[in-house]
Amino acid sequence: MSKNRVLMCGNEACGEGAVLAGCKFYAGYPITPQNELTSYMSKRMNETLGVFIQSESETSAINMVFGASAAGVRVMTSSSSPGISLKQEGISYLSACELPCVIVNMQRGGPGLGNIAPSQGDYFQSVKGGGHGDYKLIVLAPASVQDMLDLTITAFDLADKYRMPVLILGDGLLGQMMEPLTIPSEIEPKHYDKPWALTGCKGREPRVIKSLLLADGALEEHNKHLQEKFKIIKEVEVYSQSFNTKDADIIIVAYGSVARIAKAAMTLARAKGLKVGLIRPITLWPFPDKVIQEACARAKKFLVVEMSAGQMVEDVRLAVNGKVEVDFYGRMGGGVPGEGEILKHIESLGGAGV
Amino acid sequence: MIQKKDTALKNAEASVKSLRAVEHHYCAGCGHGIIHRLICEAIDEYGIRDRVIAVAPVGCAVIAYEYWNFDVTEAAHGRTPAVATGIKRVRPNNIVFTYQGDGDLAAIGTAEIIHAANRGENITVIFVNNGVYGMTGGQMAPTTLAGQKTSTTMEGRSLRRDGYPLKILEMLAVLPGVKYVERVAVNSSHEVLRAKRAISKAFKMQIDGKGFSIVEVLSMCPTYWGMTPIQASDRIKNDVAIFYPLGVIKSC
Ligand SMILES: Cc1ncc(C[n+]2csc(CCOP(=O)(O)OP(=O)(O)O)c2C)c(N)n1
Ligand code: SF4
Repeated sequence: MSKNRVLMCGNEACGEGAVLAGCKFYAGYPITPQNELTSYMSKRMNETLGVFIQSESETSAINMVFGASAAGVRVMTSSSSPGISLKQEGISYLSACELPCVIVNMQRGGPGLGNIAPSQGDYFQSVKGGGHGDYKLIVLAPASVQDMLDLTITAFDLADKYRMPVLILGDGLLGQMMEPLTIPSEIEPKHYDKPWALTGCKGREPRVIKSLLLADGALEEHNKHLQEKFKIIKEVEVYSQSFNTKDADIIIVAYGSVARIAKAAMTLARAKGLKVGLIRPITLWPFPDKVIQEACARAKKFLVVEMSAGQMVEDVRLAVNGKVEVDFYGRMGGGVPGEGEILKHIESLGGAGV
Repeated sequence: MIQKKDTALKNAEASVKSLRAVEHHYCAGCGHGIIHRLICEAIDEYGIRDRVIAVAPVGCAVIAYEYWNFDVTEAAHGRTPAVATGIKRVRPNNIVFTYQGDGDLAAIGTAEIIHAANRGENITVIFVNNGVYGMTGGQMAPTTLAGQKTSTTMEGRSLRRDGYPLKILEMLAVLPGVKYVERVAVNSSHEVLRAKRAISKAFKMQIDGKGFSIVEVLSMCPTYWGMTPIQASDRIKNDVAIFYPLGVIKSC
């Protein structure tokens, strides 16, 4: 397998990951800061004989994705926060119908129209629901341009493996910034049989894709089936990275681009002799609670850093379950925390042997 | 309401391979059942049953897949043409049609229908105009006639308060991507035969790769018109088809 070393922005790397994963259908509606991805897909879908549609809205895009997924191909849509809100109805239907797809959210500042600066304000929407009904999405949090490519490929595999939508939760920073990355010139996309796909009933019984279950108890049964699936995913698809946690007094928990900044803050803190570590969740759902629980045995304090008013911190607190103190530092509305800022906050945390 | 069917009817339905010989849930005198049958007959006649992928709406026909004997997917309310677009684009050799009520197509799904039509998607749309929201209890639809009583226009549709009945077909016909537009009705055997020809033609357009085709079918909803089936059929002739004239609006 030959490899190319190139310079790309995160949005484009995500698109290239989709192409490598065998994505054959993309629909999207322009919104900053993810426009490079839509443009990239318009070019690459043409080159790879896939389908690109600039839809009339995000609502339509997600429903086009529903149709193309029902027809059995690998599909993707992308947007940024306000557009992702519009997709929620469709995401609920895709989840109910167990249709695989990849959805990319390059988060921007909110609420409302907000701004186009990076944000992590859509964490709750991504991991707690967002649309109606009891469902979960696998949520992947890239932290580099290389991750944008690699995790997109992973997302397509997970979507097919579990027959469900997978969300890539990036932000404007990751989408816009350019970094060198390695692109495999070709990969063999994993193949999953789709004995449910609508292809026309030639030589077989007709198939139906639906989420309406009216028979007595049928919907509860279906929900139980979905929950069983989510339980398995919670057991086997939890990913995170830990840095310097073994001897750490203070452990920072941060995801996505903030994890990168927090890592720099950790390095600065270590240089000052402070025992600081970092846990970076890669899957936001399923959340790496075990890793955090284990870290509780040694750490005296957790510090959660987010570009939000404090969303993931709730999951950290659930995992820590009162055993140690969990502190929070956040910026909102497009504010990006600097490493010095985080360091200052670490230094201000008294009583942790600091 | 489940209607018991006699054996003769069951046998007749069984002769249409695309239609399952099962009891359906539509009310007595409802147009949906007739329209289902016409679609299935056309599909059988072209021998395309094993290529068809249908998109069922949210509305009284939400469980059309219980009656149709080919691949069917559900779509969220009004998103039907977007779902059909996704299917047809990745499977251009399949025959894809949507079946939509007037709430689905002309209210909540207006953006989706206009843009699927404007892109010239090579799909067929069967648009059932019964002038009300049947499934949710007979509320006003965009197509409800002026003065018509519904559960949300109890004094009759007021043009001032509720706006005008929407002639969506005439709007769609001006779009260059739209190749075939006809309005038919199913209130008499004569009209049913014409409806059959229109539906067949709409599928033929798709088979020949001509582009977007749509047939609006004026359909009876005796239940929410507060009428007997016969009165409802007469109302189509005397009122509905006067405002929504029957015939070919566009054919290229
Ligand atoms: C997003 C959403 N809004 C509202 C509804 C409720 N709803 C179901 S069917 C329907 C209208 C159906 O009317 P129509 O499309 O005319 O079909 P009919 O039942 O008359 O055949 C509505 C409003 C829904 N299912 N989803
Ligand atoms: S409510 Fe109206 S449209 Fe619905 S099944 Fe009954 S008659 Fe038909």
